[in-house]
Amino acid sequence: MKILAIASTGGHWIQLLRLKPAFQDNDVVFVSTKPNFASTVNGYAFHAVPDASRWNKLQLIHSFFKVWKLISTTKPDVIITTGAAPGLMAVIVGKIRNIKTVWIDSIANAEKLSMSGRLATYFSDKVYTQWLHLANDKVVFSGNIIQ
Amino acid sequence: MIFVTTGTQIPFDRLIRAIDEVYPYFGGIELIVQVAESGYKVENFTTREFIPPKEFDDYFNRAELIISHAGMGTIISAFVKNKPILVMPRLAKYGEHRNDHQLATATRFDELGYINVAYTEEELKEKLKSLQRTPLKPLFNIDDYASKELITSLQSFINLK
Repeated sequence: MKILAIASTGGHWIQLLRLKPAFQDNDVVFVSTKPNFASTVNGYAFHAVPDASRWNKLQLIHSFFKVWKLISTTKPDVIITTGAAPGLMAVIVGKIRNIKTVWIDSIANAEKLSMSGRLATYFSDKVYTQWLHLANDKVVFSGNIIQ
Repeated sequence: MIFVTTGTQIPFDRLIRAIDEVYPYFGGIELIVQVAESGYKVENFTTREFIPPKEFDDYFNRAELIISHAGMGTIISAFVKNKPILVMPRLAKYGEHRNDHQLATATRFDELGYINVAYTEEELKEKLKSLQRTPLKPLFNIDDYASKELITSLQSFINLK
């Protein structure tokens, strides 16, 4: 299996790296928004895509096409993301291109799913929350990234 | 050394001002402070907008205490490196974040007994004033990876045909 694992910076990226054991025995491509993050995944393929937030529409479109292109060239079997905006884009591209996708909502969303996570429930094959009390028929709880 | 880190995007004046005001109580301990530039002029120490990852790691490893916003990256790193951490959540009403998810996370983690939390500037100052007498301890320690339950669940999803 080829896995594309994508997350923006900060907590999203740190949470994605904590999922590494789930990727073993597969071919993994990591994607984030800072080129120098390559050094945090030594030995793995790494690509940077432009950062974008929901607040800048033009950036969002630019970033979406970069994510689209990256997925077209890497051809993953599975897309895994811990958010935020670039992860949502990857999940949407996955839906369009019939690639299996999974969204793990950040543990920072303890009161309700993130806005991106709520959107992801429409596109992603599986959505995880990291808080038991937030699980429902669309959103799964199965442990979290800390223990 | 105390390492103060607040994320690189939006200033966090309430936290920085509180530390500035109680600075004399620190008894001259070294402070490394990372915060996005704002209008507030700090009197007692210098601040930096951005610290490169390697240097950041080095400060984190050396620190006796981490003071930060309730950002998950910092909180998780404190758990992994077994560092005491004191957080003050950013609040949307002061323009410190887009919403109040930091308050929600801090409250949950506080209830679980994982972190020290100051919900207001006053509370932060009180906790900082008593640091010399009663140093904060690491409350929660984890290894490098997610729970087995989550890893196993993800693995079966990945291998699903």
